Amino acid sequence: MAEQREFFFRRLHSLLGVVPIGIFLVQHLFVNHFAVYGEEEFNKAAGFMAGLPFVLVIETLVIYLPILFHAVLGVYIVFTSRYSTRRYGFFRNWMFALQRFTGIYLVIFIAWHIWETRVQVGLGNVDVDYSLMEGILSSTPMFIFYLLGVISAVFHFANGLWSFMVTWGITQTPKSQRISTYFCLIVFLVVSYLGVRSLITFAYGV
Amino acid sequence: MAEQSKVTFIITRQDGPDAAPYEETFEVPYRQNMNVISALMEIRKNPVNSKGEQTTPVMWDMNCLEEVCGACSMVINGTARQSCAALVDQLEQPIRLEPMSTFPIVRDLIVDRERMFDALKQVKAWIPIDGTYDLGPGPRMPENKRQWAYELSKCMTCGVCLEACPNVNDSSNFIGPAAISQARLFNAHPTGEMNASERLNGLMEDGGIDGCGNSQNCVQVCPKGIPLTTSIAAMNRATNIQAFKNFFGSDTAL
Repeated sequence: MAEQREFFFRRLHSLLGVVPIGIFLVQHLFVNHFAVYGEEEFNKAAGFMAGLPFVLVIETLVIYLPILFHAVLGVYIVFTSRYSTRRYGFFRNWMFALQRFTGIYLVIFIAWHIWETRVQVGLGNVDVDYSLMEGILSSTPMFIFYLLGVISAVFHFANGLWSFMVTWGITQTPKSQRISTYFCLIVFLVVSYLGVRSLITFAYGV
Repeated sequence: MAEQSKVTFIITRQDGPDAAPYEETFEVPYRQNMNVISALMEIRKNPVNSKGEQTTPVMWDMNCLEEVCGACSMVINGTARQSCAALVDQLEQPIRLEPMSTFPIVRDLIVDRERMFDALKQVKAWIPIDGTYDLGPGPRMPENKRQWAYELSKCMTCGVCLEACPNVNDSSNFIGPAAISQARLFNAHPTGEMNASERLNGLMEDGGIDGCGNSQNCVQVCPKGIPLTTSIAAMNRATNIQAFKNFFGSDTAL
């Protein structure tokens, strides 16, 4: 059904944002949190992840391809919207605009982040360990760049989870949508804590 | 207020579909309980702008004058609404009137809402009962369901939800909230239900329901208080199920 291709792509876009990208994001920040318990702990956890069997295949299927698709279609979606928060300053309209704004920031941030870490590791220039992140995050501008990146990513995930539940017809009534807003707020706070806490450890050693 | 007090209107005008828009200011004598339409009628009687220049009367669309037909929608002080129900006493002055720029502008405040009719055709928002013989009475509709469906049937295709929607614009082909809710209305009808899959497939066509970005402005601005976002979420579920049926099922008509 060629004429229903957009529907399929948009549903796929919504699904990929949560499975696998959202799950990967939570797992990534969860593993990062090992940094808080010390350099040794983090290196052990990061080493385990990097040493998974078929790691490049898993990364490609679970991370690279889904993010690439999500990003390409996402950028298209961003530029087909007309932003109206000045006229219609409702909460959801702000979330709508922020979702797209963080999406654009994330395209830049993730491209840079992958280049600086995964690509450099792949080229054999650096090793994936505590000192790599310590080196990057000890500069204040990079710390701010990463802080905004992590918070944007978690916001994009948490708010995306809310609209995922609407797009898939799980939350229909205003009441269920309101409660899922609170639920997604908790997700945002908890996952942000994981990410930001480890950034602070990398940057300031506390 | 004094007898001679004036109400200032700043109106975005356009002489034709391809002409450039411009603003013109008018001062209209105040009358008690006047609405925006009565002010526009006053301008029509005496089309002189605030500089005292003779100009063409401002054109607008109207019909029922009781917020039921949806024809007189325009953007009043930044918010899309019906001009018949916009009382001057409740508006901040100067009052700014603009056409709903989501739609092609015909002239001044008149817009062409034909895309909304096309959207209703895309989702087959009717119940096909015409035939060569009497089909007899259809299945009965429970009274509580009828009362619920009545709320959805209040849609007057006024276009306010499309104007407020950030995803309805020139660079997007999104169908808009109104038609999605109408598909739900006709799918809820016991006779309309027999063609439910056709409407769902219409919603799944390119430029259909998938363009919704959940900004939920539509439900906030709907003058009839139609639960548009609930309709969209309900149709999201129904179209997803239909998509699975289309792909995995054996009978495409169901």
